[in-house]
Amino acid sequence: MIEVEQLTKHFGSKMAVDDLSFTVKKGEVLGFLGPNGAGKSTTMRMITGFIAPSSGEAKVCGISVIDDPTQAKTKIGYLPESAPLYADMTVTGFLKFCADVRGLRGTERKDAIERAIDTCFLSSVAHQSIDTLSKGYRHRTCLAQALLHDPEVLILDEPTDGLDPNQKHEVRQLIKNLGEKKAILFSTHILEEVDASCSRAVIVDRGRIVADGTPQELKERAPEGSLTELFRKLTTRDTDEAA
Amino acid sequence: MSTLTIYKRELKSYFSQPTAYAIIVVFLLSTMAFTFTFGNFIRAGDASLEWSFFFWHPWIFMLLAPAVGMRLWSDEQRNGTIELLGTFPLTTWNAILGKYLAALSVWLVALTLTFPIVVTVNYLGDPDNGAILAGYLGSLLVCGTFLALTMLVSAFTRDQVVCLIVSTIACALMVFCGYDDFTREISKATSPALVEAMTALSVWDHSRSLDRGLLRLQDLVWFGSIIFACLLGTSAILSAKRS
Repeated sequence: MIEVEQLTKHFGSKMAVDDLSFTVKKGEVLGFLGPNGAGKSTTMRMITGFIAPSSGEAKVCGISVIDDPTQAKTKIGYLPESAPLYADMTVTGFLKFCADVRGLRGTERKDAIERAIDTCFLSSVAHQSIDTLSKGYRHRTCLAQALLHDPEVLILDEPTDGLDPNQKHEVRQLIKNLGEKKAILFSTHILEEVDASCSRAVIVDRGRIVADGTPQELKERAPEGSLTELFRKLTTRDTDEAA
Repeated sequence: MSTLTIYKRELKSYFSQPTAYAIIVVFLLSTMAFTFTFGNFIRAGDASLEWSFFFWHPWIFMLLAPAVGMRLWSDEQRNGTIELLGTFPLTTWNAILGKYLAALSVWLVALTLTFPIVVTVNYLGDPDNGAILAGYLGSLLVCGTFLALTMLVSAFTRDQVVCLIVSTIACALMVFCGYDDFTREISKATSPALVEAMTALSVWDHSRSLDRGLLRLQDLVWFGSIIFACLLGTSAILSAKRS
């Protein structure tokens, strides 16, 4: 469903993503791990067609994001890292706008919005203006937007960021459930999330994949059987740079 | 279709906040104030609106049009919502046209609300209503030119205030560089060729002929090409920022 081939992005002389290749199949939840600045968000922005890659190819459901971006984007639901929203709208108003953009009409639109509001537990704030919402609600409103059109591919950039422990649990559960029928790529640097919802995980460092496997396989590679140890061993730390 | 969706959202956003109302009220008060004071609407005893009414519009628009247009792209960039627009299944042109037409509609409402002056001249005298209609078209085109210029500037910056200042200066230049008193002073110091080049960039030649009721193709082409060039520039900048 998601095929990434030799994807490369450099900003000036800085290499952000370096020859990255991976695939996510239907029914698979791929956890995208890595330290800050490893190139996770850049990769996701390229797959969703927001920024153009320097070279390489990304395909979604067999459609090239580079050659046919508008068609490819209809297959994707995307939650950007900062969960941006139009603050002057109400939650329902915003979701109506997104549904319109996605070409949903009439009862189809109404049902889609109700379903998204239920799934993301937004019914208590549905008619509230977005600029009065707390961070958790804002994040879930943006998540609702990504689920609205029931896309085949979900790309979620740190979906549990800024949520309280209960909400984190709900979202992980949601990702796991959705993952049975969709292809999901989500990024995180919370390693326990890998166990909780991923069927496979890759660790990225400086734009390259340094480990790839099921959570179990990754743990077996780790010196003491913990993902944290493996993560610390494989990725560069800011403190190393300074030394 | 996508253009219409963006248009509706933008227009709703203008009228769900005080901005549009404030600008429309300031516009109505200032046009009427100029018409009845400096414009000598009553004393001139002339049943045309050319000097008393339309003459003041470029001066008012150069200050107020950027206030309507400044948020068009700066706001999207500051809030990160440009990432949503960039990953929705629509083209940059859908978004540019939708936003531009929404801002232009705000001005269409403002200009329509000046109708009492048309009623008044028809009551007091026997004006050429065709010429008045052409004058309104001229005003809308001057305003549309300034809005397109503001939109181009807003694509450059995330800061609305910077956008407001830069685009007001740019619009003011387009007003001053063809204004008779101003060009007379300049021509004393420089070559006539330079003055001619300056006047070619000014809105006066083209708006004055429309105010007199002359519908010349060259004026429509002039306004049309400046607006188109600004929108094309906006699209180029937005694409460059994402590559």
